[in-house]
Amino acid sequence: MADERQYCTFFLDGYYFGIDVLKVQEIIRYQEMTRVPLAPPVVHGLINLRGQIVTALDLRRRLEMPDRAATELPVNVVVHTDDGAVSLLVDEIGDVLSVPEKAFERTPETLQGIAQELIRGAYKLENRLLLLLDIGKTLATSAED
Amino acid sequence: MLAQSPQLIENACVLFAIPSVLRNAPTRRSVNDIVREFLLETNENLAQLDLDLVTLEQEPGERETLARVFRTLHTVKGTAGFLGLAKLQSVSHAGENLLSRLRAGDLTFNPEIATALLSVVDAIRKMLASVESTEQEGEGDYSALIQTLEKLTKSAGPPRSRLAPLPNPLPPPAPPPPPAAVAPPVAPPSAPAAPTNSFASEQTLVRPQPFTPVPPPAPIPFSPSAAASEGTKIIPTPAARGLPAPLEGKSPPDSAETRVPAVSDSSIRVDVGLLDKLMTLVGELVLARNQIVQFGTTQEDAGFRNTVQRLNLLTTELQAGVMKTRMQPIGNVWAKFPRLVRDLAVAVGKQVRLDMEGQETELDRSISEAIRDPLTHMVRNAVDHGIELPGSRMAQGKPLEGRLHLRAFHEGGKVIIEITDDGGGIDPIRVRDKAISAKLITPEQAARMSNRELVNLVFLPGFSTADRVTHFSGRGVGMDVVRTNIEKIGGTVDIESVVTRGTTVKMKIPLTLAIIPALTITTAGDRYAIPQVSLLELVRLEGEQVRKSIEQIHGAPVYRLRGNLLPLVYLSRELQVESTRRENGEVNIVVLQADDRQFGLVVDDIHDTEEIVVKPLQKQLKGITVFAGATIMGDGLVALILDVVGLAQRASVISGVRERALTETPATAAEQGGNRQTVLLFATNRGERMAVPLALVARLEEFPRSAVEKVGGQDVVQYRGEILPLLHVGRVLRGARNNTRARKQRTRAATMTDDKVQVVVYIGDKQRVGLVVGRIIDIVEATITTRAPANRPGVLFNAVVQDRVTEFLDIEGIIRKQNGEPRPQGRV
Repeated sequence: MADERQYCTFFLDGYYFGIDVLKVQEIIRYQEMTRVPLAPPVVHGLINLRGQIVTALDLRRRLEMPDRAATELPVNVVVHTDDGAVSLLVDEIGDVLSVPEKAFERTPETLQGIAQELIRGAYKLENRLLLLLDIGKTLATSAED
Repeated sequence: MLAQSPQLIENACVLFAIPSVLRNAPTRRSVNDIVREFLLETNENLAQLDLDLVTLEQEPGERETLARVFRTLHTVKGTAGFLGLAKLQSVSHAGENLLSRLRAGDLTFNPEIATALLSVVDAIRKMLASVESTEQEGEGDYSALIQTLEKLTKSAGPPRSRLAPLPNPLPPPAPPPPPAAVAPPVAPPSAPAAPTNSFASEQTLVRPQPFTPVPPPAPIPFSPSAAASEGTKIIPTPAARGLPAPLEGKSPPDSAETRVPAVSDSSIRVDVGLLDKLMTLVGELVLARNQIVQFGTTQEDAGFRNTVQRLNLLTTELQAGVMKTRMQPIGNVWAKFPRLVRDLAVAVGKQVRLDMEGQETELDRSISEAIRDPLTHMVRNAVDHGIELPGSRMAQGKPLEGRLHLRAFHEGGKVIIEITDDGGGIDPIRVRDKAISAKLITPEQAARMSNRELVNLVFLPGFSTADRVTHFSGRGVGMDVVRTNIEKIGGTVDIESVVTRGTTVKMKIPLTLAIIPALTITTAGDRYAIPQVSLLELVRLEGEQVRKSIEQIHGAPVYRLRGNLLPLVYLSRELQVESTRRENGEVNIVVLQADDRQFGLVVDDIHDTEEIVVKPLQKQLKGITVFAGATIMGDGLVALILDVVGLAQRASVISGVRERALTETPATAAEQGGNRQTVLLFATNRGERMAVPLALVARLEEFPRSAVEKVGGQDVVQYRGEILPLLHVGRVLRGARNNTRARKQRTRAATMTDDKVQVVVYIGDKQRVGLVVGRIIDIVEATITTRAPANRPGVLFNAVVQDRVTEFLDIEGIIRKQNGEPRPQGRV
């Protein structure tokens, strides 16, 4: 088991991403949000998570991907941070996967821009790549965007 | 193995949750219960000891206070012996010996004794801290202290035999031992901690019998106001409220010990964590209540509606009750100040008397915590920098003893705390020069700041007026931290200072943070909450009124509210959202107070006032100054809370000098080739084009000429319940004083011009003055690029504004000139 890791997986603009399952508090379906004027574009809005006010960040915006179609509702992946829970909006949620550590490879140097910064590497699964997102960096710099 | 079906997501709100239990299992320190109880109780008593000793220093005759100090030390000693804390026992014992001589009247309290006894308190505190963290007394060596104490004890000479019997909880005193026994070789403080007593000097107090478990410490009279211990709060039950709180110097005499059990029976210790949790729960309940109440309005069932009504009332009462449990008198925070001031005054060689007024003023616990450090800092500053050395005070003819006055009171739903000293005051010129040399502001910025604004520059980060760094303050950090901390809890802080007369620091603090009444409004379809404390009134304009009463001053909309111009701020514009208001519809104005200015916030719709639970915004949104937080509304959705001051600054309603000073470095100012500022352009009655910074202008008014009255050759008007002196700008600049010729001129001018006078109301440090101008030209934001020195008195400099040479009026200068005051040299 030591060389296996568990990831919560999701889709963004056709890519398959994973984040450490222990960081994830819960997954909730899209709910009505309160937009925040003057906020950085990555901030999608605020949601009421059982009495707690949680900031929802649009991961597509964070990763500088094109916005999703207005008809597609994103899903909230709620992660713990030192500053309380934060929701990451993704296109669609995948399974929790156990992946062998040896299938991991660091990001190639050819990756450009924000992806180079936020994607730590990829797990080579049988028929596709699982991109490992650096949660700390994803949340940390979003304030300066 | 890939994505789960979308249906599943639709149906289940929570797909999985990871228990957070795994992550933190707090490891509690293994200090046993008795020790913990001892630490808790002693820490509480130490705060009181500090107070009592300082009281005694001032009033050595206070026997009850002395008795209380004695009892406390005795209890510490006893329990320390019981727990095998030898050093603690020997130090408190030596202190107790000295006290017993004081009690007997063999010695009188003096500063030397006070210092020694305060050192005992410090030593005890240090050892307790060590016990708490390591369960050991620590490595400290207190033999010197013990020797000092014994020397002082000995100075009383042999104890007199008429030594009064000690109060009940103490063992009966031994017959006076021969003098030799009073000064035995001190047992090394590191003596093994045996429960038996090995101190020879103990004989002066206790029979030479094994120091077997001390009788359980007598219940210490327990003053709720002194319960400044970290971590717990005492809630007196109604029965206990009737008892007088044993405050400084007014404690019940020894005989009152019989009443003590009543206090301890009727109050309980509650963990503050529990209270915090309770408060959070009540917050949630308030939200749920709001939701139910909203739902209730859609229901017909009378029974249901009655129940909702009842739930509503009960929740309100519960909320008030829980909030009350968290209220603490500010005296708790102040309790350490007498000691602090005394120690600091002694250390810097000053004499300071500390007065406190309004100790009973209550604040929420979280706020007490938050203001503790800022207050301490201000008090330190006042003693260290504010109050002068006795020599200097004598030279100025002030009383040798400086006065530091702390005052707290409730006003308009806020707590006001004032710290006043009668020291040297803050010199605005010195502050200005320091700020310029530290590159915190540019000389241009400084030029258009009032003295009061200059004094408040001390709140900028990196500012220090202290020429020397002392052990206590003056390191250039602090005042900005003070302001940051105060503002973090929604308070404000302001300094008023008169050179040579003293300084007053005024803080306005909200009573509570958690639940506040707020008005909800809508703009662009989004709801926002506005804290009620900033709200002055609501104005609705319809149809014809809209067109008639909203006027423009060069694109800046204003509304005439009872004759005064109220600047209007459109929320949708400030938030950069699209207003959904139809053009022909009415205009809703929320009149708000930000700092000392009023402005009208134009919103789409105004709804109800309700209690909201303030929740902080997360760090991703911290930088947006127009929001103070967020809350959950009755329908479960989140609404943002507007920060009225932040909004006013964004809309430039209130002077943003400090923000500009923070962000605009001289370099960027130079890049712009000058300094951008909003100025009021006007013409004098001779048509000279002049400007004043808008920040200096309180209002623009128009008076009928008939309203101008003359008092002793001075033109005045009645204005907002005051008499406003008028200053004719054009005339003063030409050098005319209030002589006959001027009066003739004035008469002629009056007949020449129309029947209105245009007045720019300026609020200076001391007084308001109305500047009579020919006409108002415009309010513009201008980058002042070309500057030339003034070529006549009353003008600061000449500059090009809107492609025309414009004179910048020196308001302070012409006021001085009008009053016949000479130009100040050096100090203002």
